Amino acid sequence: MYDSGKILIGIIIFIILVTSPIWYDLAFGNPTIKPKLVLPTGEDQKECVMPTEYMRHNHMELLNVWRDDVVRNGDRIFAAASGKNFEMSLTKTCIGCHSNKAEFCDQCHNYLGVSPYCWECHVDPKTVEIK
Amino acid sequence: MDKKRRKFLKLAGLAALGVSAGKYIDIIAKDTAHKIPLADSLSNTKLPTVKVNPKNRWAMVVDLNKCLVDEGCTKCINACHKTHNVPDIGNPKDEIKWIWKESYENAFIDQENYFMKESLEDKKVPIFCNHCDNPPCVRVCPTQATWKREDGIVMMDWHRCIGCRYCVAACPYGSRSFNWKDPRPFIKEITPEFPTRTKGVVEKCTFCDERLAEGLEPACVEACTTKALVFGNLNDPNSNVRELLKENYSIRRKPGLGTNPEVFYLV
Repeated sequence: MYDSGKILIGIIIFIILVTSPIWYDLAFGNPTIKPKLVLPTGEDQKECVMPTEYMRHNHMELLNVWRDDVVRNGDRIFAAASGKNFEMSLTKTCIGCHSNKAEFCDQCHNYLGVSPYCWECHVDPKTVEIK
Repeated sequence: MDKKRRKFLKLAGLAALGVSAGKYIDIIAKDTAHKIPLADSLSNTKLPTVKVNPKNRWAMVVDLNKCLVDEGCTKCINACHKTHNVPDIGNPKDEIKWIWKESYENAFIDQENYFMKESLEDKKVPIFCNHCDNPPCVRVCPTQATWKREDGIVMMDWHRCIGCRYCVAACPYGSRSFNWKDPRPFIKEITPEFPTRTKGVVEKCTFCDERLAEGLEPACVEACTTKALVFGNLNDPNSNVRELLKENYSIRRKPGLGTNPEVFYLV
């Protein structure tokens, strides 16, 4: 192989560059870009349909179940464990409290590089994107 | 030759790097999508508790003697299209419609006659999805994105529609519209409570299933000032629709096809 020394050095530099965010985090402790969620404020908005820990990990599954219940079965009421009834609606119930999609939903979704297509049809009542 | 290949590989590598970096720059940079504020009050606090009742059979009766569509009234169409975010593309090829006008002879294609009653001959008729008892669109849907509910409503699940348009071909009434392009830019005023559709799905009237769940009548029936539209339960012999059908002569669109439409017209 011609120039094997140069090539090897090049490869090593490349690997270091590519993995640099990992080294940076290891050296300075915390990730440089963190999702900054704005949580709902206000008196009547303290209770979610499910515990926060569950919602954090499983909200997408819950939304899928809601979708099927509402559209396929015509069942629109979700009885929370607390005994309170909620309407199974992304645009009414979820967005009713988490009113800022850009500062709530998008924060983690962008951070993780996932792009759910909910909002291609469902409308964020406060803002409508114009494409 | 060697040189050329090297040059090409270098360029290709750089291009790939650029493309992949662009994505991350997008994410890191603040979301700069252009946004406009909408009304931020959602007045709807009532819970939609009315469930699908298999004992019901929803149907519509249109009294053409009372309907003012002929005189240019479009109240039902406007109410429906506003409630359901139906776009106005302004081009018949891409048109999306849930309710529309048709001339009598086109609406009732197998019931035209020589020397017809003059008032009917040039009459305009409001047309809806017929919510057939034997819906051909449901038979052909490969994903069950459209299906007949137990209470007779032919529903649409826009999550599941793959845009194959078999249903558009199967429906003998033209009740189904396909979204050839993103409909959002063509909706004048978006109603946030109801989803818009996306490019590549088929849509049609659902007899306002979301309003029925709240115990309300369909938006078109509510908007009709002359009470030409009557909505009710066919399975209840004392219902308003059954009373009307008992006392008046009614026709349906293309009954010979055996689809058993559930929108009745009083002539």
